Amino acid sequence: MTFEPRTMYEKIWDAHVVADMGGGESLLYIDRQLLYEVTSPQAFEGLRTAGRKVRRPDLNLAVADHNVPTTNRRGGLAAVEDEESRLQIATLERNAAEFAIPYIPLTSPRQGIVHVVGPELGLTFPGTTIVCGDSHTSTHGAFGALAFGIGTSEVEHVLTTQTLVQRRSKTMLVHVDGPLAAGVTAKDIILAIIGQIGTAGATGYVIEYAGDAIRELSMAGRMTICNMTIEAGARAGLIMPDEKTFAWLAETPFAPKGQELERATADWRMLASEAGARYDRTVTLDARRIEPMVTWGTSPEDVIPISGTVPDPAKEVDPERRARLQQKLDYMGLEGGSALAGLPIDVAFIGSCTNSRIEDLRAAAELARGRRIAAGVRALVVPGSGAVKAQGEAEGLDRIFMEAGFEWRDPGCSMCLGLNPDRLSPGQRCASTSNRNFEGRQGPGGRTHLMSPAMAAAAAIHGRLVNPGKLEA
Amino acid sequence: MTPFIRLEAIAAALPIANVDTDMLVPAKYLKTVSRSGLGRALLHGLRFDQQESEIPEFILNRDPWRASHILVTLENFGCGSSREHAPWALLDFGIRCVIAPSFADIFHANCLKNGILPVTLPRSEIDILLADSSHQNTACLIVDLVTQTILRVNGECISFKMDAASRDRLLNGLDDIDRSLGYKALIDEHEVAAMAAMPWRPFVSRARLDSLG
Repeated sequence: MTFEPRTMYEKIWDAHVVADMGGGESLLYIDRQLLYEVTSPQAFEGLRTAGRKVRRPDLNLAVADHNVPTTNRRGGLAAVEDEESRLQIATLERNAAEFAIPYIPLTSPRQGIVHVVGPELGLTFPGTTIVCGDSHTSTHGAFGALAFGIGTSEVEHVLTTQTLVQRRSKTMLVHVDGPLAAGVTAKDIILAIIGQIGTAGATGYVIEYAGDAIRELSMAGRMTICNMTIEAGARAGLIMPDEKTFAWLAETPFAPKGQELERATADWRMLASEAGARYDRTVTLDARRIEPMVTWGTSPEDVIPISGTVPDPAKEVDPERRARLQQKLDYMGLEGGSALAGLPIDVAFIGSCTNSRIEDLRAAAELARGRRIAAGVRALVVPGSGAVKAQGEAEGLDRIFMEAGFEWRDPGCSMCLGLNPDRLSPGQRCASTSNRNFEGRQGPGGRTHLMSPAMAAAAAIHGRLVNPGKLEA
Repeated sequence: MTPFIRLEAIAAALPIANVDTDMLVPAKYLKTVSRSGLGRALLHGLRFDQQESEIPEFILNRDPWRASHILVTLENFGCGSSREHAPWALLDFGIRCVIAPSFADIFHANCLKNGILPVTLPRSEIDILLADSSHQNTACLIVDLVTQTILRVNGECISFKMDAASRDRLLNGLDDIDRSLGYKALIDEHEVAAMAAMPWRPFVSRARLDSLG
């Protein structure tokens, strides 16, 4: 019997197959499920209707984030003014209590965005499987965990069986070689990758990211990369765990301690893809050529360097593509062929599961220190969790931001999606560190430009889109 | 789940690529705690103006397409958010079958869980069906999952492929959870083995979570 060298994905997959169900389907064991208020109520209702139980409450964790207002958190549920939002959060609380699922209440100092809180607590481990009814579950792949978003019916399936019916994905290796240029961040790398392969470029694949540029990133940067993997259509993103990963995990409250940690770390070292392992597709990027990136359109693949110009419909020969391009430009209020640098903005949003960790806030604060935001601009800083907020305050970032005119808010998904009071008004243009620039994503009629925290902070200060590396004092 | 066997119905053309689930169901409709009643939310920004009045030119606001049960559309349909509200809204509106050159991964899985048939066809055949479903006289299609064919008004047949397991589940309206619960003994076994292999895996009790402060 010969053993083919395996990729990290294949190792994790093999270790979690409970049964071959035939027809290419496998029953896959799920080590952790994260729950929040929007995509779980119907799953719990399904359990009640069928008279089913939660198999492993201790492998689930619930926290509200999408609907949560980012002010007056201490007021708890009573301070949620929107009646439907309050009911949805109350339903999560009630379901967690009824099914004995660990729950982080609104008033807890640990509350925050589920994909920020999970890793922070030490519930995201290499070699494990993690799911959540949210597409940005891919974030957790930064630790070498196989993590992916699922629908509500699948949430119910996991609650009941702690498994999912899955087909094995194809594998894609995305190699980002060479050092990054100064001022280029993880966000720019992932936007460049999506720009290159397209928003459906990785459909059916699990991506493994490798190369010097990925290895050099902090855990926060790696989470940014894996977070937006879903924007390329992939099932999941993975990064090989290394010393940075182990050091990060050792600091978390739920991490194993002492000998148990040594044993775990030894196991995690075994996860790396083996030499000679085959990938179905390989994509290579030269990190040295990646510039600070920004989106111009209504899909994350509509992305160019900040020094670039918006595509011109007049130069598009295919009539269908020309019409679609024109629609996007009309929605965004842009002229074909125009430069993005210099474009005036109304709002800057620094936050979301993509870019709300302490490293992101430090990068933005670096730009904001001693400066003022431009007149007429509203700028929000929304830490990803209570822990990030506390850390930011301990470092004095809150003062830097507030002195510069930024709002320093309570944790939550905030303006990433129009589900809580933080929304764009029709026609408003936003420099945003979030992950989706779909029409109406940040509020009906809102115009989103995706970018790094540094570029968003620079945009707030200048009142227009600008290369953060070229910001003058 | 309602089985999907054969559907004779009006098809509506939605010739837009990368229709995302935010477009299928805007965020403000996600505050519901129920699966039903999302029909009005479906493609809300395309169907209604800011005063909540119907936009008369939009295909789903015109006869006979108000009564569409089939949608013909373009690449990467259902990309973005994992919200199952998207297939729930399609169902509540009456759509039981979506035909496209490609689908986003999570949306495709969500369709299968809700008895919606996602049919994948090459772009050349999609273009034929888009033309059919744009005209009143040709908009009626017969989608047959038993024979895996789509019958056009002119009598021509287009064949499609689907994996056997998903097809069987749709044809019989089977619930995945019941099937998976049948593997309980193997799940138990796996859990014991995983506990030994990954003793460092954290379990979370409410008490331990509370003790963190």
